[in-house]
Amino acid sequence: MSDRAKTLEGTPAPGADNAAGPDVPASASDLAFIARLRARDPKAFSDLLDRYHGPLLRLALVFVPSRAVAEEVVQETWVGVLDGLDCFEGRSTLKTWIFRILTNRAKTRGVRENRTVPFSAFSDQDGDHEAAVEAARFKPNGMWGVPPRRWEDDTPEKLLMTQQALQHLEVAIAALPPNQRAVVTLRDIDGLESDDVCNVLEISETNQRVLLHRARSKLRAALEEYVERK
Amino acid sequence: MLTCQQLTEIVSEYLEGRMSFWRRAQFQMHLGMCKHCRAYIHQVKTTVRTLGSLPQETIPADIKAELLKRFGGMAPPERK
Repeated sequence: MSDRAKTLEGTPAPGADNAAGPDVPASASDLAFIARLRARDPKAFSDLLDRYHGPLLRLALVFVPSRAVAEEVVQETWVGVLDGLDCFEGRSTLKTWIFRILTNRAKTRGVRENRTVPFSAFSDQDGDHEAAVEAARFKPNGMWGVPPRRWEDDTPEKLLMTQQALQHLEVAIAALPPNQRAVVTLRDIDGLESDDVCNVLEISETNQRVLLHRARSKLRAALEEYVERK
Repeated sequence: MLTCQQLTEIVSEYLEGRMSFWRRAQFQMHLGMCKHCRAYIHQVKTTVRTLGSLPQETIPADIKAELLKRFGGMAPPERK
């Protein structure tokens, strides 16, 4: 860790309390970016808005009941970012810090709007017996009875990139339980590292992986169904 | 030896790089022998890639302008 990063230890970043484990500290590029924001470089803030507004909105929609409320939560998050910018200590990555402000605000709004993802919902209590692939597709010895087809053989990957396929996928994502949806949104759609996902959602690595597995399994099945129908 | 059904339950563990050496070796041995499981892994990887390519909404111009204005009006941080 650099000397500069060491000097940033000690003061909690806004919303930094964390049951998931130690945060991954801000990278050198994060710290350089923060320095630009503190120098009030408008291009830096503009880039930040462009990069994270969409992902923040997508995650907010997991926690609150309507798009209008989600948009408000994202705007409140940006205000929170501006308010906390000069206090950001680099104990977490910039991305984790911003997403955590969002989840804190979204949870608060979710409670107020009578819809929230309770902490216990992240314990996967609803998914103990969910199979990745329905049991009927396997023979009694556990080998494939109805095997998957290789998509590239007869249905090129570009098929999956059609507007219709992406729409089908969005519907399947929206149908996921909120805990699975939150994890797959952060990990696979927004591309956070798994440690960052754990820290944003305050869940353990094992828990995160189980939720991610269940979400990916369902979304694969949804795309398979779409491809088979074509 | 792993069955195909068991393999489908530990795919994320494999893709996330969270397997022990021996478990990974077992997994890869099964993959080497089973074209159906190779197809399955390919489908999961394609799903993950497709998720990563989903379009994200852009920030509305008026909201962006408002936030940039607010940012521009902020005093520089005090030097410690």
